[in-house]
Amino acid sequence: MASHAVEDPHVTSTVQHHFESADQQKDASTIGMWVFLVTEVMFFGGLFLAYFVYRQAYPAAFASASNKTNLLIGAANTTVLICSSLTMALAVRSAAIGKKNLIVLFLILTLLLGGTFLGVKAYEYHDKWVHHEVPGHNFDCEGCIDAGHTPLFFALYFGMTGLHATHMIVGVGIILFLIAQARKGAYGPAWHTPVELFGLYWHFVDIVWIFLFPLLYLIDRSAVPK
Amino acid sequence: MANHAHPGQVDHSPVDRVTEQHLEHHIVPKRIYFAVFFALIILTWVTTYISTVDLGRWNIFVALAIAIVKASLVVLFFMHVWYSTRLTKMIVMASLFWLTLLLFITMTDIWTRTWMGVPGR
Repeated sequence: MASHAVEDPHVTSTVQHHFESADQQKDASTIGMWVFLVTEVMFFGGLFLAYFVYRQAYPAAFASASNKTNLLIGAANTTVLICSSLTMALAVRSAAIGKKNLIVLFLILTLLLGGTFLGVKAYEYHDKWVHHEVPGHNFDCEGCIDAGHTPLFFALYFGMTGLHATHMIVGVGIILFLIAQARKGAYGPAWHTPVELFGLYWHFVDIVWIFLFPLLYLIDRSAVPK
Repeated sequence: MANHAHPGQVDHSPVDRVTEQHLEHHIVPKRIYFAVFFALIILTWVTTYISTVDLGRWNIFVALAIAIVKASLVVLFFMHVWYSTRLTKMIVMASLFWLTLLLFITMTDIWTRTWMGVPGR
């Protein structure tokens, strides 16, 4: 599909023979991507459920453990991720109006912001490692209440942010591919489905973080049990 | 598609198709993206600040309500659901419905089990 678009900018060549029109083809692709995202909602949904169940069971442990996260770093990283969502949306828009150089520019910005987020996340993980807050043999939640159950919080913290980061690493790989294709001029107003669908994926990953941030960093901030 | 099916004079020349599709393609104005972006940034720092204020049990509800507003903005505008087909909207709603079932029905069980005081709950 992509190669056709490069060789022959004529729009009909981008429509596969089993589709009526480019619009129908695009609707089908969009729906396919959304169905995939629904499976992703299920995937993350299970982890969110585990979080709620254990927070309900051990509120004191969860409250004191979540206060070990760094509020400012979390908020700053959320800001970085939202910026990357904006640049991604602008990349899709540039493709739709046929500004090739802008597609490349906005994809590179998205890549850099995504990389920044992952870098900050790595710093946070390292910080947790140094402070013995990784569940396992050397685990020690200093000054925590109900410390015996705090590994549950950290297991969910690493599980959920880790799965989120994995999605971002996959995303970074796809952006690199998209940048290479965009530089070749593969995407234009008539056909830019990969950019658009990747945008959906990237925004979805952003949404997961929009919920992880309050649950892991915020909701027990002011309520450290005495 | 502006397919008003006029038998005999159906003109599907590629050029016409291109023009039609261009007209239909919805280009979201840049200002909408920037408005959504600033709303998301402001809400992020508002929710961060509110988390330091002790609202008792309401902290979680305020934080999740703000998160839901932020997620809705992203889904509707960045992900174009506002402008998309009904089928896409239905798929999005179906996933939310499923998530509600998973979280709500399980949590009502978890929340209410201890009420009975039955051993082995």
